[in-house]
Parts: sequence; C-alpha cells; structure tokens
Amino acid sequence: MEESAVVRPPSLKEERQEADSKTIFGFWVYIMTDCVLFASLFATYAVLHNNTVGGPGGKELFSLHYALTETLLLLTSSFTCGLAILAARARDKDKVLFWLGVTFLMGFGFLGLELHEFHSLAVSGNSWRRNGFLSAFFTLVGTHGLHITSGLIWMGTMMIRVAGSGLGRINVRRLTLLSLFWHFLDIVWIFIFTIVYLMGGAGV
Amino acid sequence: MNSFASLLGKLDIHALPHDKITQGGAASLVLGMVAVVVLLTYFKRWKWLYREWLTTVDPKKIGIMYIVVALLMLLRGGADALMMRAQQATSVGAAHGVLSSDTFQQVFSAHGTIMIFFVGMGLMFGLFNLIVPLQIGSRDVAFPVLNATSFWLYAAGMALVNLSLVVGEFSAAGWLAYPPLSELKYSPGVGVDYWIWSLQIAGIGSLMSGINFFVTIVKMRCKGMDLMKMPLFCWSVLTTSVMIMFAFPILTVTLTLLALDRTLGMHFFTAGAGGNAMMYVNLIWAWGHPEVYILVLPAFGVYSEIVATFSRKSLFGYKSMVGALAAIAILSFTVWLHHFFTMGAGADVNAFFGIMTMLIAVPTGVKIFNWLFTMYQGRIHFASPMIWFMGFVFLFTLGGVAGVMMAVPPIDFQVHNSLFLVAHFHTMIISGVIFGYLAGITYWFPKFFGFKLNERLGKYAAWCWIVGFILAFGPLYILGLMGATRRLDHYSAAMGWQQLFIVAGIGVLIIGLGVFFQLLQFGVSIWQRKARLDYAPDPWRGRTLEWATPSPVPVYNFAKLPEVSGRDAFWAMKQTKQAAADKDFMDIRLPKNTPAGLLVAGFAFAAGFGIIWHIWALLVIGGLGVLSSIIIRSTAERTEYTIPAKQVERIETEARARESYA
Repeated sequence: MEESAVVRPPSLKEERQEADSKTIFGFWVYIMTDCVLFASLFATYAVLHNNTVGGPGGKELFSLHYALTETLLLLTSSFTCGLAILAARARDKDKVLFWLGVTFLMGFGFLGLELHEFHSLAVSGNSWRRNGFLSAFFTLVGTHGLHITSGLIWMGTMMIRVAGSGLGRINVRRLTLLSLFWHFLDIVWIFIFTIVYLMGGAGV
Repeated sequence: MNSFASLLGKLDIHALPHDKITQGGAASLVLGMVAVVVLLTYFKRWKWLYREWLTTVDPKKIGIMYIVVALLMLLRGGADALMMRAQQATSVGAAHGVLSSDTFQQVFSAHGTIMIFFVGMGLMFGLFNLIVPLQIGSRDVAFPVLNATSFWLYAAGMALVNLSLVVGEFSAAGWLAYPPLSELKYSPGVGVDYWIWSLQIAGIGSLMSGINFFVTIVKMRCKGMDLMKMPLFCWSVLTTSVMIMFAFPILTVTLTLLALDRTLGMHFFTAGAGGNAMMYVNLIWAWGHPEVYILVLPAFGVYSEIVATFSRKSLFGYKSMVGALAAIAILSFTVWLHHFFTMGAGADVNAFFGIMTMLIAVPTGVKIFNWLFTMYQGRIHFASPMIWFMGFVFLFTLGGVAGVMMAVPPIDFQVHNSLFLVAHFHTMIISGVIFGYLAGITYWFPKFFGFKLNERLGKYAAWCWIVGFILAFGPLYILGLMGATRRLDHYSAAMGWQQLFIVAGIGVLIIGLGVFFQLLQFGVSIWQRKARLDYAPDPWRGRTLEWATPSPVPVYNFAKLPEVSGRDAFWAMKQTKQAAADKDFMDIRLPKNTPAGLLVAGFAFAAGFGIIWHIWALLVIGGLGVLSSIIIRSTAERTEYTIPAKQVERIETEARARESYA
C-alpha cells in the first residue's frame, strides 16, 4: 500500500495515548533523578556513619526487630498498591478504593513507627544535633519518610478523586504514576534497611 | 509586642542596608520596581501583563521572559564586576578603595552566584524554550505547565537574591559557600541563607526543566527526525538535559544539608561533632563541574548552527560532533576533584583526576576543528553572530590551553586560588557561554519578532566585548602568575600589581561599552521596528526547521507538523522547492494559560523568605500554598483549547501575504 503524501493528523485518541506515554516516561525520568538524590544521601551516610564522637553507634541504637516490622509493613503496602492497580485496570472502582485504603493505612502505620523511632531517639539524647552520624541518619531516613508523607497525601487526594469521578483515563494514569512512586520508595527502603539497619546493627 | 516580634523571626529594622554602596544599589532596585509598577498602571497594562505573560504556557513567551530576566541580571552582575575592578585598581597601600571588606565579599559572592545561576542558566533555558520545539518540529514542550513553573521558580530565586540587597545581606562566603566558613558559627547572618534558598528554589526549577526538555526531545520529534538527524543544537540540549538530571539532585542535597546544619543544628560540615567539611567540597563540585559544561554545551550547539548557516555549508563532522558532546557529558562527571588538588588527596588520586581533565580537551578540540573545517571553503558571511563566534574560537582555545595547564597537579599547586584561575574560568565562561548566547539571541531574534536587530551596533558590541575581554583578563593571567590571589580587597604597593589592575579595570569599562552597545542595539532596533519589520521567515538563509515557520512564529509553531528525511531539513526543503503547506488545515489543540506556575513559585518565594528569617508562620503558609496550588491545578479540567482549522488558515494566509508584501 502506498503512503499518502499528506501526513495524517493524529486522532484525539492517538494524541491522548501519546500524552499518557509522555507523562509516564517523564515520571520514570523524575524517579531516576530522585535516585541520584538518594544516592547522594547514602554517600553522606557512608562517609559520616562512624563519626559518633563518643556517642552510641548503630549497634547500640537500632532495633532490628523494629526495623523489620517497618519493612514488612511497607513491603506489604507495595503489594496491596499493586492490587489496587490491577483493580484499576479492570475498572473496578470499589476494589481500587479498598486496596488504596489498605495501602494508605499501612503507609500511615509505617510513618507512625518511623516517627516513634525518631522521637525515642531524640528524647534519649540522641537527636540529629548530637553528631555527624545521627545527622546523616535522620536526614537519610527522614527524607524517605518525607517522600512517604507526600505519597500518602497524593494517595489521599487520589482516593477522593476516584470516589468522586471514577476511573477515567486520567485517573488511571495518575494511579499508575502513584504506584510507580510507591514501589520506588519501597526499593529505597530496602537499601535503607540493608545499609542503615542490617549493616549498622552488625556494626559494619 | 514580644510575641509580635517573635512572629517576625530574625527580621527587624536593622535589616535595612547600612553602607552607602548597598544603599545606593537597594535604592535603585526599589526605584526601578516602583517605576515599572507606575508605568504598568499608567498605561493600564496589568491585565495584559497577566493574560499575555504571567500566566502563559507558551514556550516562546517563556523563553523571552527568561532572556529578559537574564539580561537584567547581567547588568546587576556586571555592576558587581565593575565595583570589584574599581576596588582592586584603587585599594593599594594606604588607600582602601571604594568598598569595605565585608561589602567586597558580598559583592564577589553575588557576582558569581548571579552570573552562573541567573545569567548563564537563564539565557540557556531561554534559548531551550525558544528553539527546541521549533527545531524538532513540535508545537510545544512535553509538560508546558511544568515548564512555566520552572521559569517562575527561577524568577523566585532571582527575586530572593535581589531582595537580599534591600532586606538583610547577601552571603560573603564566595559563590560556592564552602564550610566551615558558611556554617552558622562563622557566618551568623542571613546572607548564606539567602544564598542557599535562592539557589535551592531556582535549582529545583532547573532540574524540572532538564527532565522536561529530555522528554520533549525523546518523545516529540516530528516524523522522520531520527536522533541522528536532529540539528546539533538539539543534541546539545539533549546531552545537557541528561547532565542536569544527574547533577542537579546533588546540588539539591548539598544545599539541603548545609541548610540543615545552619537551621536545625546538624553536623554535616561543621568543624566539630563529627562533621566533614571536605564532603561538602566533594559534593558541591560533583554538581559544580558538570554545571559548567551544562552551561557551555548548549552554547556549543548555538555555535554549530551559526557556523553552518553563515558558511553556507552543512556542519563538518556531524557524527563526531555528537560523539564529542556525549564524551564531554560523561567525562565532566569524572573530573570534579581538580577543583581541589591542593586539599589533601594523595598523588595517585590527583594524577587520575589530572589525566581525566586533560582528556576533556580531546572532544573539545574535535569540536573546535570541526567548526573550523565547516568554515573551510565555505562562503563565510561575517554577520554579527559570526563575529561572536570568531572571538569565541580564539579566546576559548587560549583559555582551554590554560585549563590543560592547570590540569597538571604540580602546576595547579602553584596557581591554585590565584587570579590565573579566575582568568581561566572567565575566559571559558565569557567566550564560551556569554558570547554563545548573545550570538544566539542575535541570530534567532528575527524569528520571534519579524525583524533583524541592528547589525552595525551588534558588531560594535561584539568587538567591544572581545577587545575589552582581552584587556580585562589578560592582566589577570599575569597577576596570577605573579602571585595575586583571588578575592583580594587590598594589597601592598610594593607588590607592583596596581598598573595591571588598572589595565584590567579599563578592560571591564570597554566590556561595559559593549553592554551599552548591546542595549542600544535592542533599543534602536525596537524603536525603528516599523521600518525594519520585514516578516522574513528565513532572514539568514538557515538550514533547520525553525526557519520554515512564519516570523514571528504563530502560537502553534507549525500549521502542519513537518515531516523530514535528513539533516538540515529546511535546507533540503528549499532545494526541492517544497511549497509551504497552504491547504487542508486542521484544528490544533494547545494548552490553556494558567496561573499555577506563578502561584507555586510565589508561595515558594514566601516559604524561602520565611525560612531565611526564621518566620516560621510564613514558611508554613508558603509550604501549604505550594502544596494546595499543585493539588488544585491537578483537578483542573479542560486544560486545552482548540484553534479551529479556519483560523489556522487565516493566520497562515496572512503571514504569507505579509512576507511577500514586505
């Protein structure tokens, strides 16, 4: 078949698909830049993690069981987030809301555990002001917590939106981005768990 | 009263400037603002300003705004440069010059910060916005609202830097604010905080722009334009965007850590309690070295377009040009330590970074030779962009050779922190970056306004910059070798440096004359616009797609998205006499204007001001404002509007008629 000389203009549907793929690609790129951000924070932690200036180190301060609980909560929330996306693909609004709700609660629980850990460290005299090691710890883990917080705000607004306007194209696209973000935070947490808690707890 | 005072944090009446020079600067800034407000009100232009500019998402308008702001900042940074030269020419022996030590420190810190972040980056993003969509045959960037937000964040950072002139003080810790000097203990004022937050806000805008243009180029090229058929300027933007994506998150982190030290009492870079100041130096240069290439690569792209156009030849060695860009981009991340050879790394480490640094001269040399080979046997037209280019090739090569010298660690130990270094990087940045973008502005101006700038004044400006540059920085190389260190506000008469400093001062005055001609060029050309307006779509006989559109470019760029089959696509169209499409017009959908970017940046500005002055309520309001602006914008529906085919046809027909009439 010969191609016509006139370029066919994209239909509205094609234009929208293109916009979707652009947005999702752009979000992946953003996540890559966030990786660089976390990599820089991990680097500062690696440089400073022995600078306790006579204070307690990770071995004395961290509880592996506590960190494991946080980890399991966050990993499970990633799984339920995946279930929400599957439901969104199937255009099942109630299921989406249910699984997002479960994800939200677990994310919220994770954040609560993290803040509790921060609080108990601070009141026992081991706040971020004490030494370079604790500054780096609070900043690295806190930055992840801040990301979780923005994820939760985003999830909250998405739940309201899905409840209100259903699972249109744009909402499904946004849910896809949200789940990318949530899984990404999961991966970052695995690095935090390994480098800060496991290696720190082992005194490496 | 007490509780009211604590609401204002550290801010009180003493924040207003004390010394005469700063008062003068602050007064002229405030008067300028008042004049703008009065003029806008008098001519009843507020609504126009809001509708046409403040809420626009059109990359062409955003590009123009970037360039206007950057040129204004060039004047501010240039005034700083004049003051420094005046100080160093006069502050000898018993005389103490025009500035106090503290003001002098603020002046050189502001000069560097403004020139890199608000002049260099501003001109660069301005040209990205103006040219990239046109050259890849697209109607827009990938994320137009994000793009507007980036611009407004840049403007908010710029506003914070300038506010520091009126309220408080600016950093006196140099343009990169090394700790421990920049820590709270040694810089207790708000200066460093102004530096941190203005860069943080502008830097986040830059990062988002990097992502935006990367996605734009990867996803939105017109049919037939493979990566290897893109104009070289677009290649330079692509590589620069990748570098921004890797480098700017490091800046975000570094600035945040310094801010945490200063604001929350952490110990990342403090002198005690387990801080590590060398970590800051490593981090800031892990961003900072790529940053200078981020600035210069797009200028290389501009030169590549200009040389090809004004030599009437296609660019020599296209593939090696692309390879050189990629090589420079990668190598630029492997050389950061050469900024601090003297700070205690061992001989092996220094040797590695020295060799990597020298390696960069190879791809850069490839580019220089390719440009020269492009000119070889071409029909060279010495229009003003070409004058800038010739000045660049000459000066940049000299400066590059000085750079390779300093890449040798033992030589660097001799000239570290001296004026030799200052002369070197000014050679690279002024001839590379500034000449390139000024040439680009002259070259592309007619595309967006429908008339050429005055060529004679443009040539005067270029020659003044070139001659002034040699006079201003030639002596600094010599002074550096004589042992003069940078950031010197006073020296002994016995050093015998004064004559050379005076020559350098004269050089800066000649550069100032160049700036004057530049302004005159804009002024005169705009004044005579009725006589100059010729609507020529292709005034320089260009080779790339941007010249296929009418001048000024219609809001939708291309009535029909072009289809290309090779490099120099527009040149090929002209050769085959491919007629401009004039039938079968289609409806065009474009994004609607929105104040979202302006709002986000306005609240970010407020939050920044709040954290600088410890006005916590303002920080909370600003933060919530940013958040809610984003959420509200995300609920917006019908964010696009349609230009009906009939109207497209009318606009196109009128444009073509204007061209033949003129």
